[in-house]
Amino acid sequence: MAALETAAAAARENTVTEFRRQLRCAWVIAKKNARVYYLKGPVVTFGIVFPLFFYLSFAAGHDAPLSVMVPGIAAMALFFTASAVGPLVTPWERQARTFERLVTSPASLSAILAGDVGAGAAFGALLALLPLVAALVLTSAQVSAPMPLLAGWLLGAVAFSSLGVLMAAPATDTPSQVMMLSNLVRLPLIFVSGVFVPHRQMPRWGQWLSPLSPLSYCADLIRVGFGSPSYFGVATDVAALAGFIVVFTAAAHFFHRRTRNRLA
Amino acid sequence: MDRLTIARHRSAATGDTALVADDLTRRFGEKVAVDHVSFSVGRGEVFGFLGPNGAGKSTTARMLTGYVAPTEGRAMVAGFDAALSPSAARRHIGVVPEEANVYADLTVRQNVLLMADLHGVSKAEREQRCSDLLKTFDLDDRKKQKGRELSKGLRQRLMLCMALVSSPQILFLDEPTSGLDVASTRIIREVIARMNREHGMTVFISTHNMEEADQLCHRVAIIDRGRLAAIDTPAALRGRVDSRRSVVVKFAGPGAAPADLLPRPDMEVEMLVDGWRVFSPEPGLVAQHIAAQSQALGLRIEALNTLSPTLEEVFVSITGGSRGRA
Repeated sequence: MAALETAAAAARENTVTEFRRQLRCAWVIAKKNARVYYLKGPVVTFGIVFPLFFYLSFAAGHDAPLSVMVPGIAAMALFFTASAVGPLVTPWERQARTFERLVTSPASLSAILAGDVGAGAAFGALLALLPLVAALVLTSAQVSAPMPLLAGWLLGAVAFSSLGVLMAAPATDTPSQVMMLSNLVRLPLIFVSGVFVPHRQMPRWGQWLSPLSPLSYCADLIRVGFGSPSYFGVATDVAALAGFIVVFTAAAHFFHRRTRNRLA
Repeated sequence: MDRLTIARHRSAATGDTALVADDLTRRFGEKVAVDHVSFSVGRGEVFGFLGPNGAGKSTTARMLTGYVAPTEGRAMVAGFDAALSPSAARRHIGVVPEEANVYADLTVRQNVLLMADLHGVSKAEREQRCSDLLKTFDLDDRKKQKGRELSKGLRQRLMLCMALVSSPQILFLDEPTSGLDVASTRIIREVIARMNREHGMTVFISTHNMEEADQLCHRVAIIDRGRLAAIDTPAALRGRVDSRRSVVVKFAGPGAAPADLLPRPDMEVEMLVDGWRVFSPEPGLVAQHIAAQSQALGLRIEALNTLSPTLEEVFVSITGGSRGRA
């Protein structure tokens, strides 16, 4: 009996040690991604400028109030920045054959993907603060509920980054192919999210599709942060974003593993 | 390879072994890339893995490094099953693939430190190891250069630094000196030999270069069409093709036709610029005969040498070099 307990304790210790090792690998990979892929002028500029003008070009003709426009721009910037580079990292790594280097290192596939998600989420959450802070400084918009805003910001960043990493799974080392797929998925998710057209003004089909977009819940939480009423309910928003994170990361793991076996 | 030999290698695997391939098989759809390959590599051994293109060398190496899962069989690396405990197995290996895979946007130093970091080497130790390795591979004055700025030879040296920074028990090398300049080739071969000699590092080299395998490896395995065709020391393998032993004769002045000097007219002869080479399982006897006949005919011999078959000839004999894929 004592021997069994000792063996179980040793197994638990091994599991904890291995988890810590993989967490460390994920951290190292996230730092590497930030250095190699994210901290580049064009990436930073594109991540901010594109969603900003994309939204403004729509909002300018619609006389949108600040309470709608600022959360909309912030949510769009977060969505674009957190999901922009993730789809490209794995194809870039496959192209440069550095992916093989990571896969033959002690980092598990889960740690590699966690590193990719972590880097994307951190990049998105930090870079999208720029338009948010600028709006707070330059306009009369004010944060009235910081907790929903923070929850939407962090959960949204991780969910969008996970979506980006999932889109990197197809068996290709050509980034342009992944970019096409990425835009094909991301643009419809924006249009049904309520960022451009408030949910209550959407056609019925739009209202049905809206819950399928993680951006809907993130934008809803950010709007609550700026004093607007919630459309889905704060608890639903948080649960839905957490659910998207689980689904996206599980799917990313499944498809990346399948692709790796196919390409190897 | 016969069943008895496989059994011998299996039983050897239970001793002090670093690597065990046990009935490794990998299929890609209908194609069998690696077909029930078994061998073991002892700790501190330099093991060469030879084969023509498409023979299954890289796939076997990739199964051993955990990059590809075997369809059947298993790979044991440093005592860990590569499929069941991949991370544990990979903590003990360093890998240098054939094609350069350094991070082009990271500096030489950052590339090395990244691998140390991934292997969990402590901060103080990784700085020291990085510095030592860069000096060993003559990259110290280039540590701030980006990966993209390096020549092929320098990139190969950097990849070795990246593989060695974690002090692995087993080093996997895929065509380590293919297409490199003389200086890089020499440094790389010297360091591999030294790491093995001084640190007891096990080295698994997948290569086309027979001279390299002959020079560096304690044992070599030859794989052909996914199956292990031979496994032994280079000397023992050479002994298997006695028919490729030979005598080279060169004349000081005008020579003679081989038929006038050879013991038998049907012997295989290869004409050289200033003499000829005759193949025989008994080159000593042939040499004596040539010397005696030359003296009788008044010919002046400049050189008369007996040669063992090269590993390349062994390889061609085993794999059927006429396919010309090596």
